[in-house]
Amino acid sequence: MIKESIKMSWQNIIHNRMRSFLTALGIVIGVMAIISLITIVQAATSSVTSQFSELGAGKLVVSALGTPLKKGLTDNDVKGLLEIDGIRGVSPTLNFSTDVVRNLMVEENVTVEGRNEMYFTENPKLIGRGRPLSLIDMESKNRVCVINPDLQEIIFPGEDPLGKTLKLKGITFTVVGVIDDEVTTDIVSAIQKSQGRDVSEGKAIIPYQTAMSMTGANSITSLEIFVVDTTRNAEVKADTERVLNQAFNYKEDSFSILDMDSLLDSMNTMLGMMTAMLVGIASIALLVGGIGIMNMMLVSVTERTTEIGLRKALGAEPKQIQMQFLAESIFLSVLGGLIGMLLGLLLSAVVINALDVDFAISMTAIGLGFGFSAAVGIIFGWAPARKASLLNPIDALRSV
Amino acid sequence: MAKEAEILTMRGIVKSYQMGDELQVILKGINLSVQRGEFISILGPSGSGKSTMMNIIGCLDSPSDGEYWLSGKRIADMNDKELAKIRGREIGFVFQQFQLLPRLTAVQNVELPLIYAGVSQAERNKKALEMLDRVGLTNKIRNYPNQLSGGQQQRVAIARALVNNPTILLADEPTGALDQNTGEQVMGLFRELHAEGRTIVMITHDHNIAKNASRIVQILDGNLTEG
Repeated sequence: MIKESIKMSWQNIIHNRMRSFLTALGIVIGVMAIISLITIVQAATSSVTSQFSELGAGKLVVSALGTPLKKGLTDNDVKGLLEIDGIRGVSPTLNFSTDVVRNLMVEENVTVEGRNEMYFTENPKLIGRGRPLSLIDMESKNRVCVINPDLQEIIFPGEDPLGKTLKLKGITFTVVGVIDDEVTTDIVSAIQKSQGRDVSEGKAIIPYQTAMSMTGANSITSLEIFVVDTTRNAEVKADTERVLNQAFNYKEDSFSILDMDSLLDSMNTMLGMMTAMLVGIASIALLVGGIGIMNMMLVSVTERTTEIGLRKALGAEPKQIQMQFLAESIFLSVLGGLIGMLLGLLLSAVVINALDVDFAISMTAIGLGFGFSAAVGIIFGWAPARKASLLNPIDALRSV
Repeated sequence: MAKEAEILTMRGIVKSYQMGDELQVILKGINLSVQRGEFISILGPSGSGKSTMMNIIGCLDSPSDGEYWLSGKRIADMNDKELAKIRGREIGFVFQQFQLLPRLTAVQNVELPLIYAGVSQAERNKKALEMLDRVGLTNKIRNYPNQLSGGQQQRVAIARALVNNPTILLADEPTGALDQNTGEQVMGLFRELHAEGRTIVMITHDHNIAKNASRIVQILDGNLTEG
């Protein structure tokens, strides 16, 4: 009987081709919206979080705001931090921007980062060509630098920059390394890159002691702490707080610690909530589609009153009539769901391709799309099917 | 209660409707017995209650009062599902307007009652083809209703009514939508079926049509009279 119900409902759908198509269109659009939203957001999320964690996993970022008496951290304070159990290394950071000069070429406002050798040890993939800055560079305050590909293109167009020199604030530096094209070193550019935006900004990295003497700074205001075991992040964070409190004499608001792992966690939660919200909005389209199906089924029941009466006279049980109409609405919405799923995957493949992110078919999305459309068919088909099954055969036959 | 040869028994059947304040009595205590193999006409003008009569015989409607046995079963005791089974197996309906489903071919239309009786596809097809052969439409089995003449459509409907081998063939004005000639042919088919031993109950307002039956009862103003 189920086979017969499916056959009968299929015949009716085919017979009312245009109407069936328009009715299913609501479901197609709803499912398409859900599938493409989930797939796109998931792809973007996974790419952003993977880049994010590449940058931030196992890392505490300390910003020292200082006190009126002590502007930042001294080398001694850094030594104190290094003694904490579970810390692998510390990398102070000093940023300033200046003009880069080479021969007659000038690039204005280039970001210059002062870093130590630890930074390069912790980011082994950073250097594409040449060598990283070493401990010797730090200790002997060598005037060497590492530049990024953007700066290379501007200052050394079509040339090999290794071993060549450039001037920062009038001081000559030798280029010893070039940052790998694929690597992003900070969150902002990571996000921009994941959105497919090309950021062309020159950057140079020099030994941080050199940077300190160039800027006249005598204390460190920003540093990264590398944690050995990320599961012990909280412990290390507490110890760091203790050491820093001592360093700043327990003055309030003298420093802040950013825990990258917990930041990543909260970002994931936020993206998850956003996905849920988007799917919620797309579900409204599905709801409207479901009402469309219900409407068409009610029209269909009214139109086919005679047929229902006849089928009852020929021995159809109420349950069998209900099954036939229910099968029709499920058929319609699942058909719409399948088309919507295909279109949704197609759409997200196009969008994801444009975003330059890896495309992955989300099983959640497919499950949701199929489940939702079948549920819509059952829920919104139920009432019309029930109405049909309860029709009085005499009234039904009399309406000829 | 019912005798062996008596397949339809009505005792004191009353059917009334509440129309506003007024209680309208359509059938006023009908007694009727139909023997196996009988061809009986229920003759009456419009408004006499003959349609209500047909609905009650066909188990499409239930009486307000009185007893109705069909094949020894008391219809009042049955629920919707059982009534559906009775309609499918005991009664073969033939309607004035044929009532064929326009999207199904002749053979598919004839198969319909068998679907609800739970007969397999192969068996359905075989039986439907036999019945269409019996009513002389062997060469029209793949035609859709709109490709058939009125007389041919009614013969498809008769084949559909007979395919489940029902106890009673119940016909409501079977020639009402046909011209006289075609109507006469359909009546010829009814007489043949009667000769083969079928029990036929035919409802009509036309005395000439009613004459085809072996027995005529008249219904007038809700009362049934023999002859």
